Amino acid sequence: MIQIDHVSHRIGGAPILHDISTRLPKGQLTALIGPNGAGKSTLLRLIGRLEPLQAGRITVAGRDVGATPTDQLARVMAILGQQTAIASRLRLSELVAFGRWPHHKGRPCAADRAMVDEALEAFALAPLAGRFLDEVSGGQAQRAHIAMAFAQDTDWMLLDEPLNNLDMAHARALMRRLRDLVDNRGRSVGMVVHEINYAAAWADHVIAMKEGRILAEGPACDVLTETLLSQLYDAPIRVGLHEGRPLVLHHV
Amino acid sequence: MDKRGALMLAGMGLALAALSALWMFQGLGGGNRAFVLHLRGAKLAALVIVATAIGVATILFQTVAANRVLTPSIMGFDALYVLLQTALVAVLGGAGYVGLPAGAKFLAEIAVMSALASLLFGTLLLRGARDVPRMILTGVILGVLFRSVSGFLGRVLDPNEFAVVQAVSFASFNRVDTGLLPVAAGVTLLGAILAWRLSARLDVLALGRDPALSLGLRHQAVVLGVLALVAVLVSVSTALVGPVAFFGLIVAGLAHGLMRTARHAALLPAAALSGAILLVGGQWLFERQLGQAATLSVVVEFAGGLFFLYLLLKGRIR
Repeated sequence: MIQIDHVSHRIGGAPILHDISTRLPKGQLTALIGPNGAGKSTLLRLIGRLEPLQAGRITVAGRDVGATPTDQLARVMAILGQQTAIASRLRLSELVAFGRWPHHKGRPCAADRAMVDEALEAFALAPLAGRFLDEVSGGQAQRAHIAMAFAQDTDWMLLDEPLNNLDMAHARALMRRLRDLVDNRGRSVGMVVHEINYAAAWADHVIAMKEGRILAEGPACDVLTETLLSQLYDAPIRVGLHEGRPLVLHHV
Repeated sequence: MDKRGALMLAGMGLALAALSALWMFQGLGGGNRAFVLHLRGAKLAALVIVATAIGVATILFQTVAANRVLTPSIMGFDALYVLLQTALVAVLGGAGYVGLPAGAKFLAEIAVMSALASLLFGTLLLRGARDVPRMILTGVILGVLFRSVSGFLGRVLDPNEFAVVQAVSFASFNRVDTGLLPVAAGVTLLGAILAWRLSARLDVLALGRDPALSLGLRHQAVVLGVLALVAVLVSVSTALVGPVAFFGLIVAGLAHGLMRTARHAALLPAAALSGAILLVGGQWLFERQLGQAATLSVVVEFAGGLFFLYLLLKGRIR
């Protein structure tokens, strides 16, 4: 479980998060949703210790994020921030292989290589493994970054808008893969999603954020309702039903 | 390292060995051999030390800055060293400066340099790493600031004392401060070994801040440590031959071009070796073949400047 207690955060004087307390349940797929500027990415980055904690306390599987050595945390959770270009020229296989670094610290063994091959296979990157990052499309690079986090093979996986740049088929394949990790391998996933129907179709638990506060949280069916979503996005939104799960009709 | 990389490094090592042999034994004649060999050996050692220091420092700095166009000297590292020298002369006077025990003074300077550099450039890189143009500008302005302050101090100084400053503030491969050689060799060797041992961590650092943190690298500690190491290596090379602005750029460019990999375990030795080949070969050409008709430092700066422009025009600033 990821426990968040009384976390507040400011960036350059502007308050981003106001006294957030919540939790991401273990063994579930949790989606963070909300309008732009709600503080979803900041919260995820604080959990993943990409930003230093200013106030409050976060624990991941019982480990205090502020106090646990960062290399220990790297074997418990993998976090993928929003894409930034990498300065060095890497092949896709080299990038994915970095996911094993927390385990081997520069001396990969056969098991590490097998894990990298599995990650490349899982994200349909095997045919592109020898290509350089600047020679593939944005979506392919995005998949390589996700594959790197996958290869890290941690109990927790935190993804900030992983569906960016992915086409429909690959987006669905990614959600299926994450679902498989949760259902069959006992992993837990936390992700920020903008396309709310991915949360509706695949998430167990939804945390809805607005203006640095948590508006609602709970099972996907309970949170993704017409009243709540309309309030969350300040726009009238209709919600239908498809195969027993909510289908958000936000585009019509 | 793959087979091609290993072969490349071995080839460079052989080329350097051959050049060194040529440098040492060409036209030795029957005179005072021991004297000539000693003189040539000292110079050869100095050139190899300088090449290693600059090559390793540039690769390290480019990794920390996540930028292939920046070098420590463009960001003002060696200007800081010259400023330190000028300030020392201004405070102690020319006689006092020259009277300092060379080894101890050098080690103290190295310590001060690494502290200052980690403080200045560490703040700059950790805060502004996501804003590359601002970082470059600040670095360049810092360099100009250091140079103008030493220029100002130079004006205030007595002309005789200024001559002492002048000797350290111009690059020359002919006038090597051989008294410092043992200390410089030791420091450079230590620095290079340390950099080599860090190479796996440097590979992760090169991914950028977020991925490096996610993979469990102690990002801030590594950045500060690497900057301190860069400061030490730049101090060594500046103390031995003076500031050389663009040499590091050529060497790092060569290392990347020849090795075609992002692995520091391959890049670091490649930078050191290609730098040493360039310096020993160039100095041999200018000193023995062209009879000092041109100076290596000027040609290196000229070629480096062209290479810098080429990188800029190719849009490699990232």
